[in-house]
Amino acid sequence: MSTTDSVSLPYEELAAAVESAGTAKGDLTDSLIATSTWTDEMLAEAGIPVVDVPVVSVGGGIGSFVLADYLRQAGMPAEHYKALGALDNPWDTYEYLTRCSQIPRPERLRSDSGSTPDNIWGFPSYATREAMEAPGLVKKLDPLFNVATEPILTDYFTPRAGQVFKALEVEARRIGYDQMKAKGIVRMVRKRHGGGYFTILTPAAGTTTTKRVAYRSTYVHVAVGYPGLRFLPDLQAYRTTHQDFHRVVNAYEPHEHVYEELAKKPGTVLVRGAGIVASRILQRLCDERDKGSQIQVIHLFRTYVDGSHGPSMFLRRKGSHGWAFQGFNYPKSCWGGQYKHNLERWPDDKRNELWDNLGGTTTPHRKLWLNQLKKGRAEGWYREMVGTVDSVTPGADATVVSKVKTTQGVYDVAANYVIDCTGLEADITEHRVLADLLEHSGAVRNAKGKLQVERHFEITGTRSGVGKMYAVGSATLGSYFAVVDSFLGLQYAGMRIVDDLADEGFVPRIGIRRSISQWRRWVKKTAP
Amino acid sequence: MLPTLNGRIQTRIFLVGVIGSIWTIIITPFVALFVEGEPTLGDVYQVTFEILALVLILGIGWEFVYQGLMQFRWEKDWPTMFGYLTGINEGILVYLVADSLGSDPTTEWRAYLGAVTLLPFLIHFVSTWIVINLFAGNFMKMIFIRWRFRGGRLIGGW
Repeated sequence: MSTTDSVSLPYEELAAAVESAGTAKGDLTDSLIATSTWTDEMLAEAGIPVVDVPVVSVGGGIGSFVLADYLRQAGMPAEHYKALGALDNPWDTYEYLTRCSQIPRPERLRSDSGSTPDNIWGFPSYATREAMEAPGLVKKLDPLFNVATEPILTDYFTPRAGQVFKALEVEARRIGYDQMKAKGIVRMVRKRHGGGYFTILTPAAGTTTTKRVAYRSTYVHVAVGYPGLRFLPDLQAYRTTHQDFHRVVNAYEPHEHVYEELAKKPGTVLVRGAGIVASRILQRLCDERDKGSQIQVIHLFRTYVDGSHGPSMFLRRKGSHGWAFQGFNYPKSCWGGQYKHNLERWPDDKRNELWDNLGGTTTPHRKLWLNQLKKGRAEGWYREMVGTVDSVTPGADATVVSKVKTTQGVYDVAANYVIDCTGLEADITEHRVLADLLEHSGAVRNAKGKLQVERHFEITGTRSGVGKMYAVGSATLGSYFAVVDSFLGLQYAGMRIVDDLADEGFVPRIGIRRSISQWRRWVKKTAP
Repeated sequence: MLPTLNGRIQTRIFLVGVIGSIWTIIITPFVALFVEGEPTLGDVYQVTFEILALVLILGIGWEFVYQGLMQFRWEKDWPTMFGYLTGINEGILVYLVADSLGSDPTTEWRAYLGAVTLLPFLIHFVSTWIVINLFAGNFMKMIFIRWRFRGGRLIGGW
């Protein structure tokens, strides 16, 4: 469990290990660290070996994979791309976070049927594939009926986590992704004199003769995922002061002990947050109750949504019992319709107003959750509170007491466990590579304080001769595209980047003929 | 696909104009079996393609209505089901317009519409409606890889 102020991710252990590794040969020098643009000679002097590759992707997660997938189908050979990162598989971090937040492989994600990071077309969709694999006619028709009638007669179809991971595995094998990645931690990306970039990789200790390896490339793709996931400040203060990482947990860190202990002894859980993660955690608590655990749940909302809400009749979102309902993390048209179009084209002031209207914490409308909580309210074991927390302190009988300020007054709420489901994202400078880009490579922040990228996802201000640097994912939220932190958003970014690289002459453009022929290869599972 | 108005119109033109035409070529000999009297196949083709042209022209008008209605939806989306259900209102309007145009056979094309009867019309219209919606939900995304991100536009860049 984490003792720092953000949720620890599995690869960070490797990062710490490689940073403290003893090899001093071929390490960064003070002069390199202080200089924003490097020459080939500076690296030679430092004894850092240089590897040439046209495209480097920093991260190695699903973002890196999706761009590789597009480029391979545009005609790029596998050896022209290196995804640098600590993960064994592109979905590792994603799977870790979803598993902790109670979406193991058999459970369903919050993702559309056509958001298919293993298939650049979104066809066949996950619903179609689930239907094809299902035994019996009724089971086959079920997902098809669901997508045909969503979200009017049914809740949105969403794929099982396991279906997505398995599909990614198959696609990775097909495009030869194994030879397109190198393992290690990226320390920084710097501009190169004469054009292009250097990306400094710290490989796992003992795998190379030098501490660092430099990748020299014309194009760099930054796909580092969440800069970090933070705890709520009051919970963080409690954890640091009382060194209690057992009773106050974040939904994104392993916390199975909470459910195990509650199965043995009755207890109260305080859940904070009103998004998808809170829904999943509440579902798990309800499931545990159904299995016999004597759990009382107190759900603390900061903002309580009582019904449809919004500034005008054209901007009203549904809600009830505290929750704001939305199928996905942004309104659907942010992926390719009206809102996406407006965010790309509107002037800054209008765009920023739209950003404000579209944002907010939401959860999907799912009948199971609504029924579980309805039952909890009726039976009295699920209680809602609205307010903010002033402080968190240890209480009697192994409890944690939250001082909650409500409109009716201040209450001491004692609970055996507190689960933080708010998913607060850290500032982008918490990620070393992003902080370095802001400091040395001319990158700037956007209106939301994240990394400013252009409509085609090039990082504003980072051009280096013929070289271009792109960024995707949650770090770029607030530029021209809302749904950066989603499968289909990564696919859109991949499409735009591949088109831009086609304009640069790096790959052929994916036109109708190539699209069809590549799709046929995908179906036959032959290499691109 | 999440539509914009421009995208709706472009998609409508492609789906009805291209996919609808291909389907009409295929289905018309079957439709002819249900036409009363002894018209030549060429005559039946004349009628089915005139109907298809009405679906296209009136449909472009409908797209403005749909786009307006969509503004009341928070997500600014157009669920798959709506794509199928709007066949009801569109089908009724096309039939009524064909009937009214055909009642005044002053020109040859109007006279052909005068020959429209309900059963052959339904076979042609309903099957075409299903085919173009199935195509939009499936193969369209594969042939035009950027289409789903561009609000349904096929031309005009990003």
